[in-house]
Amino acid sequence: MADFWSGFLLPLIIIVLQILAIVVPLLVGVAYLTYAERKVMGAMQLRQGPMLVGPFGLLQPMADGLKLLAKEHILPSGANRVVFYVAPMLTFFLALVAWAVIPFAEGVVLANINVGILYLFAISSLGVYGIIMAGWASNSRYAFLGGLRSAAQMVSYEVSIGLVIITVLLCVGSLNISDIVRAQTTVWFAVPLLPMFVIFFISALAETNRAPFDLPEGESELVAGFMVEYGSFPYALFFLGEYANMILMSAMTSILFLGGWLPPLNMVPFTWIPGPIWFALKIVFCLFVFIWVRATMPRFRYDQLMRLGWKVFLPFSLLWVVLTAGVLVTFGWLPK
Amino acid sequence: MIVQTIAFYVFSAILVASGVMVISARNPVHSVLFLILAFFQAAGLAVLMGAEFLAMILVIVYVGAVAVLFLFVVMMLDINFKELRSGFLQYLPFGALIGLILLVELAVVLGAWVTAPAAPQAAGAPMPPLDQATNTEALGQLLYTHYVYLFQASGIVLLIAMIGAIVLTLRSREGVRKQNVGAQLARRREEVVVIRKVPTGGGV
Repeated sequence: MADFWSGFLLPLIIIVLQILAIVVPLLVGVAYLTYAERKVMGAMQLRQGPMLVGPFGLLQPMADGLKLLAKEHILPSGANRVVFYVAPMLTFFLALVAWAVIPFAEGVVLANINVGILYLFAISSLGVYGIIMAGWASNSRYAFLGGLRSAAQMVSYEVSIGLVIITVLLCVGSLNISDIVRAQTTVWFAVPLLPMFVIFFISALAETNRAPFDLPEGESELVAGFMVEYGSFPYALFFLGEYANMILMSAMTSILFLGGWLPPLNMVPFTWIPGPIWFALKIVFCLFVFIWVRATMPRFRYDQLMRLGWKVFLPFSLLWVVLTAGVLVTFGWLPK
Repeated sequence: MIVQTIAFYVFSAILVASGVMVISARNPVHSVLFLILAFFQAAGLAVLMGAEFLAMILVIVYVGAVAVLFLFVVMMLDINFKELRSGFLQYLPFGALIGLILLVELAVVLGAWVTAPAAPQAAGAPMPPLDQATNTEALGQLLYTHYVYLFQASGIVLLIAMIGAIVLTLRSREGVRKQNVGAQLARRREEVVVIRKVPTGGGV
């Protein structure tokens, strides 16, 4: 019995506590990301944003959440019941499990696995299922079109994300995420691989279905696309999953290109601030750019979106993979 | 150890069950979803065996790309289920024959692998021990160093298959208007706008 306690039950409890320590701040972050989005967009459009619920409108996300919970829940007629409910759960689940491999500081990570970056890539490429299943199960034309658009879009942009990740991995020599951050001690990869950084960020916008690539939702033509039939809590799950995905993609950007938990310069005033705070600051910066882009850019037309993915990003990132590999081999900089 | 054993049986049980559901589910979209579940369980089994690279690649390639396109096509098919059922007995002998041939082939391959004298050598020789290299490195060594020519040859086979698919589906249609972004961006004001003074009653 003692063996069972120390060998199985105790580690299980510790892991559950660690998971809670990641998920709870993440969900609070998601709630306040919606607030930040409305405030920032308000400021950019000379409006106030939410300001009535609580001081500075700070309780607005809670009010929105409560409103969604209290709403009536509707299952469309002819909808596929199981798939209809599994889709939002899957979206939310995938947005959370990816955080298992994200390191918040040196050694502070839930699962330090050898193929961490592949795990992240795999999880982010699964996100499309929640959307495509929701689109199909709703038994509605709008939702179906949204789902199909999203499937095509995500598959296209994953290809260039994969090539960008390969370029970074060439400079690191390991698939472990902590190793990727450690390799940026001297210089962040955003400096030598600047074009890849830009491509990765734009592809991240497309991967999370954000403006200017929010065609699956396209409220002006598809009245909200794949989630048009959802309401109440399933809709809240989609919403939370989508915003958690944005935070995840920002975390990936900061890990791959902005040095994760590392300070910008390895000097005294910067090293006083602990790693997790640097990491959070970088994530917040990326999220700000996400919102900034949404407030600035018009939506892409569908064929132009496909053209950008396949005819511009794919050849360009392929060229950069070859170029980076060539430079690394020629100068003998390949990591051991 | 007991946890791993339980995990193994859970994964394999769900794998077999979802494999059965792939061929017995009434709705083809459900079949594809069960196929995806089966891929996941296989990836779980690979992780249990310590082959984490293969597990992740299985999820990325099969679940993340191939199955998405599969689902894409199956969802758009307008299938009449009754018609589909009616041909079942007609095609049963043919399908059973193909299944039987595949089974026999698998048995032959497995049998040859077990009994061949050179097999243990081939299985053990080029692989570095796992404590010296991670399985990503081991796999890379095997593919890109020991079997580089076979690897290139399989690449060429895939390239030919790709060219074949493009040649089969490519057709040039008349009268299709395509957007030429380069030409659009290269337009100058002088080429497209003409300002004329139109006299009253004279026309252009």
